[in-house]
Amino acid sequence: MTDAQLVQDAPVSLIAEKVGAHLKNRHAAERRFRAYGMASIIIAVIFLAVLLSSILGRGLGAFVQHEMQLSVTFDAAVLDPDATHDPKVLASADYMALVRSSMTTLFPEAADNRGARRELSALVSSGAEMVLRKMVLSDPSVIGTTKTLWVPTSAPLDQLMKGNMAREAEKGGQFSERQLGWVDALKEKGLVKSHFNTWLWTQGDSRQPELAGLRGAIVGSFYSLVVTLVLSFPLGVATAIYLEEFAAKNKWTDLIEVNINNLAAVPSIVFGLLGLEMFLNVFGMPRSAPLVGGLALTLVSLPTIIIASRVALKAVPPWIREAALGLGASKLQMVTHHVLPLAMPGILTGTIIGMARAIGESAPLLMIGMVAFIVDVPSSPLEPATALPVQIYLWAASPERAFVERTSAAIIVLLLFLAVMNAGAIYLRKKFERRW
Amino acid sequence: MQFLSLLVVLLLLSTIGYRLGRGRAVQVAGPKPSALHSLPNYYGFYVALWCGVPAFALVALWLAFEPSIVQSLIIASLPPETQALSPERLALLMNEVRNLGGATSFGQASDAMTAAAAEHYHSLRSISFGAMAVLSLSLAVVGGMLGLRWIHPDLRARNKVEGAVKVFLIASSTVAIFTTVGIVMSLLFESIRFFRLVPVSDFLFGLDWSPQMAMRADQVGSSGAFGAVPLFAGTLLISLIAIVVAAPIGLLSAIYMAEYAHPKFRSVAKPLLEVLAGIPTVVYGFFAVLTVAPFLRDAGGLLGLSIASESALATGIVMGIMIIPFISSLSDDVITAVPDSLRQGAYGLGATRSETIKQVVIPAALPGIIGGLLLAISRAIGETMIVVMAAGLSARLTANPFEAVTTVTVQIVTLLVGDQEFDSPKTLSAFALGLVLFIVTLALNVVALHVVRKYREKYD
Repeated sequence: MTDAQLVQDAPVSLIAEKVGAHLKNRHAAERRFRAYGMASIIIAVIFLAVLLSSILGRGLGAFVQHEMQLSVTFDAAVLDPDATHDPKVLASADYMALVRSSMTTLFPEAADNRGARRELSALVSSGAEMVLRKMVLSDPSVIGTTKTLWVPTSAPLDQLMKGNMAREAEKGGQFSERQLGWVDALKEKGLVKSHFNTWLWTQGDSRQPELAGLRGAIVGSFYSLVVTLVLSFPLGVATAIYLEEFAAKNKWTDLIEVNINNLAAVPSIVFGLLGLEMFLNVFGMPRSAPLVGGLALTLVSLPTIIIASRVALKAVPPWIREAALGLGASKLQMVTHHVLPLAMPGILTGTIIGMARAIGESAPLLMIGMVAFIVDVPSSPLEPATALPVQIYLWAASPERAFVERTSAAIIVLLLFLAVMNAGAIYLRKKFERRW
Repeated sequence: MQFLSLLVVLLLLSTIGYRLGRGRAVQVAGPKPSALHSLPNYYGFYVALWCGVPAFALVALWLAFEPSIVQSLIIASLPPETQALSPERLALLMNEVRNLGGATSFGQASDAMTAAAAEHYHSLRSISFGAMAVLSLSLAVVGGMLGLRWIHPDLRARNKVEGAVKVFLIASSTVAIFTTVGIVMSLLFESIRFFRLVPVSDFLFGLDWSPQMAMRADQVGSSGAFGAVPLFAGTLLISLIAIVVAAPIGLLSAIYMAEYAHPKFRSVAKPLLEVLAGIPTVVYGFFAVLTVAPFLRDAGGLLGLSIASESALATGIVMGIMIIPFISSLSDDVITAVPDSLRQGAYGLGATRSETIKQVVIPAALPGIIGGLLLAISRAIGETMIVVMAAGLSARLTANPFEAVTTVTVQIVTLLVGDQEFDSPKTLSAFALGLVLFIVTLALNVVALHVVRKYREKYD
């Protein structure tokens, strides 16, 4: 029986019943479908929340670091036995000996046992040496005196104090009973405290997690971004102006457009291969330099800037152009005096978004060698450097447990940069957006 | 930083040229400024261009040719028996010389000859820089003077300046073309060298990938194997998992946002999804390694499955999360572009909203949605950092998502990070992989754009 016959033959009440029953199913299906949509949005947001909270939960701890209070005697017999006062002698003196003797005065029971001495000095970071050396070099008169100062603890102790590492050896703890006793004694005397982590901001990379900092990476990223901005902003805006305001629609401009779309879609690692082959092998530019990194990142951000600038130029209404031309402006005057200033907020927004893409990009930088282990903070775009996302990659590959915390902290810093840049773009758009 | 100061001085000279040119124009015009063909500013720009452009062009050319000229001079100064070395050995030697004689010199020369060469290199570099500075500065001065001399009330300064600007605009727009040409050339050049060592058919259809070459010829694996099929299979497996995760979530959330959501809800949820697209991929990689992979391994352990800690599943899921916003925003665009008249027609026939969406809106938007999916697949195939951090290194030909697989991009990175030898197939194979990656993503994008464009023509 077809539906049409059903409608003709069946009594009205039966039809209503059938349709009604069917309608119930249909409405249920409607509600289900709606719930699927809602559920997928919720799933996506949960993914985001899990991602951010797992990073925040791991990384926030790295912004503070535990330090240990020691009273160090700057023994002239150790630092400068011949009383030369030569900075070279002072710089190469054995500062760890001072630290060790200061710790054995705290715990005299460890003094005559080599194993115990080694275990005791494992509590303090070799960064203590750097602190002492800096003090002596900046003011040699401290030699011979005794000073109370805070020095960084070793990474395992820091992790133990933060609760990231279990005390018991079976659960992955790295300390012996004896060491745990010392730690408890230090804690009781208030000689171990957490301080704001200045090392993270003032140091370059290091093999020791407690001394590894982001300064080198941030400076490297900064140089690369400056190169990127200097190149991609004028090139991108000029391309957009040419295509929107001057170019006729023909085969040539079609070719340009195809290539811009292509640039936007090429995987970024291919730009890295281009950089390796062209910039390094053919032009002989220095490896690992932010200059070359900036060149590769220019290609990453260029399409974003071109496309955003074209949209912004298109949004300027044609009567502005006609009015300018009607008053006798040349075409270029029309563009530079009227269209470009009106499109500038949109162009700048696009530029910031393009830069935000560039700062998070790491694949092309791996290809041109910005992955080396570099301790020094670069002082020019030609010196070897890493970048912030590459530093994250390097730290993530480090086996030490404390680097997990450092990596997460580096990610938080990177995400903060991105958030600030995007907030700036949104602010610009909200503030200067004009509807004609 | 001498170089930077040279650039600053050149810029300063151009600025001075601008002031002088402007002043000269006003002076030439005398009491009647309208006698000038153009506004005085343009005469200033005219002189500034004559001052700056030739000088900067000289610097650019100098920098482009300096390294090769200096290198040939250095090699010519070496003893003949060293000159007779193979090109690779010579390149290595030059590298050492460059490192030693560079601005930031570190390390000790291995022998007296290299030390002398480094010394020579350093002096050549400083002579070259001095010559470049003197020449470019005098060129700037001469250019500026000539420009000033040519100023005359009848000089069509505006047209000339505008012509120069237009040349700059056109030149900028060709950068995209040159980049593509550069990519194709550098990939092809090294790939052809690779295919001379390893036949194309072995590379494309071989089932065994082990690019590590043994040091001695008599060791096992001395030849290496370059069959890329396991890499292609691994890439496809991970991309497939990513799409299976991302397509339903992305598509359904796009439908909900476009058809059901209250504008207020939309204004909150849409940016939240887009945050997923803004997170750098290295962060996703870290997330995959540290959170998702251990979670899956433990969950698999509870169910009695053995899931590798570098499983394709974990990598694929995280990549899927990354792709969700691509799919949702592209689908959102095409769904909202479907004309409202189609929906109204369906409602008028008694269809519910979900029936309208399933039977009218989605079919109408299908080409756009498929285009979006293709773009997402191409994004997944070319994605590097997530797989480098979370996927395995050993090439295994398997369809089991619980095992570790490797991908094309992982291999490119592992082959090129660290020491490179541009004469061994190991390094060159990375470029062949890059070529395949480039061709595949390009083809996917062309097809996707074609599909989307064809659809647009129907409704606009």
